[in-house]
Amino acid sequence: MLDISPHMLSVIPFGIICGAIGVELGFNPYLVYAMSFIIFGGASQIVFLQLLSGGASSFVAITSVGIINSRHLLYGAVLSEYLDKLSLIKKLLISYVIVDQGFAESNKFFKKNRSEEYLHYHLIGTGCTMWVCWQIATLSGIILGSFVPEELGLKFAIPLTFIAIVVQDLKKIDHVIVMITCGLSSLLFFEAPFKSYIIISPVIALFVASLLLRLKK
Amino acid sequence: MTLVSIIFAGILTYFTRMTMVALISRDMLGDKVKAVLEYVPSAVFPAIIFPGIFINDFGTFIEMNDPKIFGALVAVIVGYFSKNIIATILAGLVSYWFLIFVIFS
Repeated sequence: MLDISPHMLSVIPFGIICGAIGVELGFNPYLVYAMSFIIFGGASQIVFLQLLSGGASSFVAITSVGIINSRHLLYGAVLSEYLDKLSLIKKLLISYVIVDQGFAESNKFFKKNRSEEYLHYHLIGTGCTMWVCWQIATLSGIILGSFVPEELGLKFAIPLTFIAIVVQDLKKIDHVIVMITCGLSSLLFFEAPFKSYIIISPVIALFVASLLLRLKK
Repeated sequence: MTLVSIIFAGILTYFTRMTMVALISRDMLGDKVKAVLEYVPSAVFPAIIFPGIFINDFGTFIEMNDPKIFGALVAVIVGYFSKNIIATILAGLVSYWFLIFVIFS
């Protein structure tokens, strides 16, 4: 609880924005909330709604959620070392609450307390706290969103949110190159059918990233 | 229809969370793949940022003096130094509102 509490400051407003944007984009409030329960991944929920509202096919929207959330594979790979002894059922349940912030804090905690036996309770704690915050925040956003006038242009909060997420990586030149590659290709392929630029650009950018990795060695 | 897509997206997301923990042993994912996965945020999110700023609701490029460009620049600067997600979003929104409601109106 205590380890994760600083993240509430960002997760709660982020959830409110996510809920409000969903309503602003014209989606049924129940569907916007259902996403928080079913997908439970902030950034991917916003992208999903934005793509569908812009006329993307469901296939493209679902695929982009998969790409955005593929980072969980990395978290899982790191965490599995500490969760090895748990039963399959426990592993399956615990997986649902793995989120960025919970991973970051629990991973720090695990490294410090390698020898303890009940480490996974820390992950359950951070994950469930984030889950509850996220549900309450998106719900409040959905309610608030119905009062926000359209002239405010709340949609602009979408790119701003993602700027906030990646801005610290501007310190690393390799990340900057990957970001520019992705950004420019998204503009270049913006007219591609079914909004597929959202998939084409990350693929190109990840290819550039793997080239960069090769150069580094 | 949208609900069905949401459910599919949810299942896919759950799989990304669960696969490495429950199904495969961790050594299956090579160091190379892990290193590339580190770049996922940088490789994905600019595809939302760039069009969100440079392309308007009608699908055409904006002018260079558009308030969104200014708002985004403010957000980058504030975000870089404050390391605070909410401060970043608010700084961008407020400067954008200042331009559209005070300067351009």
